[in-house]
Amino acid sequence: MSVLEFCRWVQYSAPLVAMRASPWVFPVIATIHLMGLALIGGAVLVVDLRLLGWGLQAQPVAALAHDAERWLWRGLLVMVSTGILLFMCFATKYYWLTFFWVKMAALILVVAFTVSVRRRVAMAGDADTSPARCKLVALVSISLWTIVALGGRYIGFP
Amino acid sequence: MVLFRFFEWLGNTPWSVALHESRYVFLFVLMLHVLTVSVFVGTAVMIDLRLLGRTMTHVPASQVIARLVPWSEAGFLVMVVTGSLLFYASPLARYENVFFRLKMAALVMALLNAWLFRRTAYRRVADWDLDPVPPRRVRVTGALSLALLAVIITSGRMMAYSAYWFG
Repeated sequence: MSVLEFCRWVQYSAPLVAMRASPWVFPVIATIHLMGLALIGGAVLVVDLRLLGWGLQAQPVAALAHDAERWLWRGLLVMVSTGILLFMCFATKYYWLTFFWVKMAALILVVAFTVSVRRRVAMAGDADTSPARCKLVALVSISLWTIVALGGRYIGFP
Repeated sequence: MVLFRFFEWLGNTPWSVALHESRYVFLFVLMLHVLTVSVFVGTAVMIDLRLLGRTMTHVPASQVIARLVPWSEAGFLVMVVTGSLLFYASPLARYENVFFRLKMAALVMALLNAWLFRRTAYRRVADWDLDPVPPRRVRVTGALSLALLAVIITSGRMMAYSAYWFG
């Protein structure tokens, strides 16, 4: 089964047909998806703004990153679970949108970057990392998340 | 009725028509409005979670507020500017949209909630600044803020479906 055939199979399976028939299921899931955006935005910004020098400068980055990461994963859980449902509703539409695949690639990249480089830099703290390096890490993180969010907005247009 | 006539007039001004009919400018403004949710609501949520004692409990509440509120305010400014443009693009349709009215009501309540907090509990922040879990009054403010932000996001999203459901 090719990816496209899989998308078609999901989209036209009985539960998904039933979901699409309801006028409010998709809007409600999209709304919860949007709330996940806010949660991730906050959890990412607390750490990245601190790394950029515009956040809670009096606090050690490590502690902030530790606290914020819990909410980042919660936000991501909301985003991914609702995102999968949204995808299944119109799987073949997203399959043909390049930006959908760009979004997925950026998402995987940013999650990998967050648990590797960003986490290591945050845990090391200011003493062991140059300000320029901290800023670069924050910029990469914010840029990748922005691509993910932009992709989300773009693929949502009819 | 006065408002209806005013918005009818506003919607017929050349710039409103131009914005309404432009495909890319309108979508760009809409995109900016939606993406800024992550800054405005995102930072506000982190502040509210601190008020609830659910995150950054080792950081003084006043510090979280002092450092994050400017970002929330900056995000809010972008929201208001882009939101006003989206309203200006079709004033009557927004005005008559039940979810738009709900959203504005929730927005006023959220601002009132923040203002009341500044005037009351925040004046005595020194008493609870270092508490990992702030007093009940403060937690109620945080919970109320979160609930109102959820209503704002929900009604904002539902505005797009209003005509589809009730039109």
